[in-house]
Amino acid sequence: MYQYDALDKEFLADRSAEFRHQVARRLAGEINEDQFKPLRLMNGLYLQLHAYMLRIAIPYGTLNVAQLRKLAWIARTYDKGYGHFTTRTNLQFHWIKLRDMPDILDALAQVDLHAIQTSGNCIRNVTADPRAGATAEEVDDPRVWAEVIRQWSTLHPEFSYLPRKFKIAVTASAKDRTAARTHDIGLSLRRERDGTLGFEVMVGGGLGRTPYIGKTVREHLPVDRLLSYLEAILRVYNRHGRRDNPAKARIKILLAQLGVEEFTRQVEAEWALIDASKVDLPDVELARIRGFFTRPDFAVLPRVSAAFDAARAADPGLARFARNNVHAHKVAGYAIVDVSLKAIGDTPGDASAEQLETLADLAERYSLGEARVTHEQNMVLPHVKLDDLPAVYADLKAAGLASPNINLVSDIIACPGLDYCALANARAIPVAQDIARRFADADRAELVGELKIKISGCINACGHHHVGHIGILGVDKKGEEFYQLTLGGSGAEDAEVGKALGPALPANQVGRAIEELVEVYLRERRGEERFLDTFRRTGVEPFKEAVYAEAH
Amino acid sequence: MPKLIRLSEGGAELVDDRFTTVADDEDIPAGDIILSLTRYQAEGEALAGSGRDIGVLLAGDEAVEALVYDLPRIPVIALSFVKYRDGRHYSSAQLLRERYGFKGEIRAVGDVVLREQAGFMVRCGIDAFAPADGSTPEQWAAAAARYRHVYQRAADAREPIFAERAEGRAE
Repeated sequence: MYQYDALDKEFLADRSAEFRHQVARRLAGEINEDQFKPLRLMNGLYLQLHAYMLRIAIPYGTLNVAQLRKLAWIARTYDKGYGHFTTRTNLQFHWIKLRDMPDILDALAQVDLHAIQTSGNCIRNVTADPRAGATAEEVDDPRVWAEVIRQWSTLHPEFSYLPRKFKIAVTASAKDRTAARTHDIGLSLRRERDGTLGFEVMVGGGLGRTPYIGKTVREHLPVDRLLSYLEAILRVYNRHGRRDNPAKARIKILLAQLGVEEFTRQVEAEWALIDASKVDLPDVELARIRGFFTRPDFAVLPRVSAAFDAARAADPGLARFARNNVHAHKVAGYAIVDVSLKAIGDTPGDASAEQLETLADLAERYSLGEARVTHEQNMVLPHVKLDDLPAVYADLKAAGLASPNINLVSDIIACPGLDYCALANARAIPVAQDIARRFADADRAELVGELKIKISGCINACGHHHVGHIGILGVDKKGEEFYQLTLGGSGAEDAEVGKALGPALPANQVGRAIEELVEVYLRERRGEERFLDTFRRTGVEPFKEAVYAEAH
Repeated sequence: MPKLIRLSEGGAELVDDRFTTVADDEDIPAGDIILSLTRYQAEGEALAGSGRDIGVLLAGDEAVEALVYDLPRIPVIALSFVKYRDGRHYSSAQLLRERYGFKGEIRAVGDVVLREQAGFMVRCGIDAFAPADGSTPEQWAAAAARYRHVYQRAADAREPIFAERAEGRAE
């Protein structure tokens, strides 16, 4: 993992001191809420329906043991004992008091955490593949480049007042676990035939009111030219992106208006004028950062574990957990363990202080001190020995963290919705809970297989509904909560925006409609098809018919 | 005479602003003036003959490229910040300094110039300010220098963190 040095730490201390000063000015009435708002937003502090919400950045979703423990402590000390992981791999506390904020930022800074650029029209927290450094699929470690971008984008003087927020994801596997094509910039690390490492640069993806899948503007950008190329993209966007209407201000709109060819021409022309020697990192700094992401101290182990195999044979619960939550590691004798934050009936993405501490303990004892957050609002213990899986499973189970439902129907992404958010039109959490309860039978959920349901409480699409295999969008119809279903979306390497199924449904019909969609899939599927594959083959008709049959 | 905060060696000071900004429909007064880009392009050449300094005011949507040819004879460029959120002129300032080598004064004007932007503005090469929040030069300079380290090169002379590391300052 990246370790902050004295300079990184001093930077955070300065940030914390600055905000303490600003809060003091606000509390003393020297500045009003209008003037304070942009300042608090730059520190991730939103005013929501009931209280302040603090959004803490977790760069590329990586947490160490001390950070997990500190987050648990903050949850207990300053919040109601829990936090909420978001699709940006950030952690939100929803019950924060303004006067506590300076102390909270100081506490975060003690473990190299902060809330910088978790809000505002700037480059937001960079995300990366949660299996980085653990999966054999990757060509290089994407965290190296996510860290490079984190540093470069931090308080970037030219790009802190962009037309709109700006999100970047980095992946290094053909299998995309970052939803790269739904980002303003998605970077996919590849090795060319001649052996050189480069990025496929995808620009202009984004969800919200007008969903777009990112377009490739460069097939192969040499890795050491990354920052100057990003600067070219950001500069073209900062100068030419629309500012008259926030709903049309993301880079996706600029790209759509110019067309990918003209946009690319402008970026390349700007790039040619940039003095790259001042922007691209020198090799010595790249090497320094890369040095933090070398292989941790893996033990030399046999490929299989007799202890794990015996435990799995004896315990169907462990066997089920292993089938759904445990994945191949690049090192023999190790596994990647997905920890679901989607227990049936709970709020997707929520973790209690106790659960965070359990994860800290498990990371410390069994995962080389590391845990990860996924954009699907789950966590990962990336480096667990097969031999330790029974013990890890037992501890997770005791903490309510062993739901064996990764990628299954109850592994739902949901935004906080109208239960917390001032922007929402409808609740998202109760809809997720209702669906999860309907598929609480684990055998049935496994029979259904991979099915990604994503729920947003409003058109801002924080719950990524456009790219759900089944997407659910909350809308307000004359003061009542209705839900629009979309089918066939995907945020993965086969990214696609889902298509609307039909008229929006009242809240009490959503759960049943999902069950009907699943029934159609089980009836129609061939061989190993996932829900998404079947939908793509059959088209919308059989699904539409099932849900709206009674209306005809 | 109106006042302006101007960066000086290691700090900032309040100075008299010798320039009068002239609206497009106003008569040209005596002395040094700042004109809109359109008016500068139309009348600048003729007015320059009268031995005065003429600066240019760029609106939010006007690009610095329009001025490149004239830069050597322009003493001051005023960048108009129309909205707090409108960050286009951070790029304008950066390009004027870095790409086009502009050595004159770049000033930030507009009702939305607040102390909190000081750090970003200074780093992009803006060196004079008409703040809307009544900031004193001391407050402005303190806000601009709040961070001991920066993570990237910009139009100012500050060395980024990676250069500090290379010199062994992280130990």
